[in-house]
Amino acid sequence: MPLLKVEGLGKLYDGETKVLRDVNFEVEAGEFLSIIGPSGAGKSTLLRCINRMVEISEGKVIFDDLDVGEMRKKELRKLRTNIGMIFQHYNLVPRLTVIENVLHGRFGYKSTLQGVFARFTEEEKERAFFLLDKLGIAEHAYKRCDQLSGGQQQRVGICRALIQEPKLILCDEPIASLDPNSSKVIMDYLKQISTEMGITCLVNLHQVDVAKEYADRIIGLKKGEIVFDGPSKLLYEDQIENIYGIETRELITV
Amino acid sequence: MNEKKIHKNKWQTTIFLLIIIFITYLSTAITDFNFIDSIATIPAAIGWMFTNLMVTQESMAKMPAIMEKLGETIFMSIAATTLAAVVSLFLALLGSKTTKVNNIFSMLARFIASFSRNIPVVAWSLILLISFGQNSVTGFLALFVATLGFLTRAFIESIDEANQSSVEALTATGATYFHIVSKAVIPQSLPQMLSWILFMIETNIRSATLVGILTGTGIGYMFDLYYKSMNYNVVALITFTIVIAVIVIELISNKIRKVIL
Repeated sequence: MPLLKVEGLGKLYDGETKVLRDVNFEVEAGEFLSIIGPSGAGKSTLLRCINRMVEISEGKVIFDDLDVGEMRKKELRKLRTNIGMIFQHYNLVPRLTVIENVLHGRFGYKSTLQGVFARFTEEEKERAFFLLDKLGIAEHAYKRCDQLSGGQQQRVGICRALIQEPKLILCDEPIASLDPNSSKVIMDYLKQISTEMGITCLVNLHQVDVAKEYADRIIGLKKGEIVFDGPSKLLYEDQIENIYGIETRELITV
Repeated sequence: MNEKKIHKNKWQTTIFLLIIIFITYLSTAITDFNFIDSIATIPAAIGWMFTNLMVTQESMAKMPAIMEKLGETIFMSIAATTLAAVVSLFLALLGSKTTKVNNIFSMLARFIASFSRNIPVVAWSLILLISFGQNSVTGFLALFVATLGFLTRAFIESIDEANQSSVEALTATGATYFHIVSKAVIPQSLPQMLSWILFMIETNIRSATLVGILTGTGIGYMFDLYYKSMNYNVVALITFTIVIAVIVIELISNKIRKVIL
């Protein structure tokens, strides 16, 4: 049984602009999947349909045998605790410390009062430090997030997602605002998470070479439609050309 | 082609200036305002100020009473501002695009804010004077209502500016509305909000004087009283104390701002 099943998914903004059309795919538990495509292809929207940060217009998203589109508020909250999310701009609270930001990932399990008064258990705090240590930023735990570099902030973002103990992690352009070095560090960590912890990863990327290097499987998205779905090694030049259009390829080679 | 354009632009500026001069002339002619005459009266006016608006030994005797009224005015402004800030925070949370509960409440909050903001504080004091009479409640309410509108607007902007991304992230972790507001929105916008509150306290101490003249409370009333009884020495003293108080408060709040930002 696949962990995630997307059936005939479509998304319309303002009732007319069609961002996604008839998207179908399945993701097995433990897979490292990358979604590539040019800007505006609908990659971000596709990811946000999975944890319903945007409403689904057509079709179905089935996560862990449950229909995401039909969920009510409480079930939706439960779904989101099972799905971690990592963002291009890290989306931390910059004025708070690293450890506070990591513990934010536990809110899905907390009642309103517990959360507002920050009642975290010892195990949760230990787990937070364990994760920070694992990602090599334990020494910054009490620093404010706006004092960290981009790569370090993204690692905090990863810790926040991991402390949720998710089954799936959605990464929306995790390395788009990072330099090549930090990008490699982040991608290595993501890969490590999927192999060591067995967490399924869905990563939006627009660097084809990165996707080919790290992902087991690649989905190519163009104008809201899937134009490629297969193992990374089967993605050849002509398919990349098809996804990005010829003009882009010329730009890259120049 | 390009040269022609530049020439045209030059002509436009000249014509524009001529029009402004003409309008100025026309309006002075209509209102009987004579520029030369009014400049000529300046020396005499300054002379009057120096002879009449002098703080004398007798006026210093009023100092304790003035200080008391000044204190009253300052505390009223602070109370009105902080109370308005609390209400504004709720309105701003409802009104902001990132934290709104639903569109109806958002519209309502924004409407209340712009309604109370777009009526100046002087108008509010006169309106409230009719219904509440001449007492300190009227002055307090006038400041409160005007502050409410301004702060709500400022808070909405602080919230929207600082929080969209972290609100998205926390929503994605399954956090509830109150988690998000208390742990992401407020910590992130608090310094900005405090800065606006300090600014509003400064502004309100200034306007409290004017409101006091209209509603008969605080230092403004005292100013009005001595002004009407032509005791200009005391009027001068009151003016000086107000100026000094405002400067001191501005200095204090600048210090606080440096610490929190």
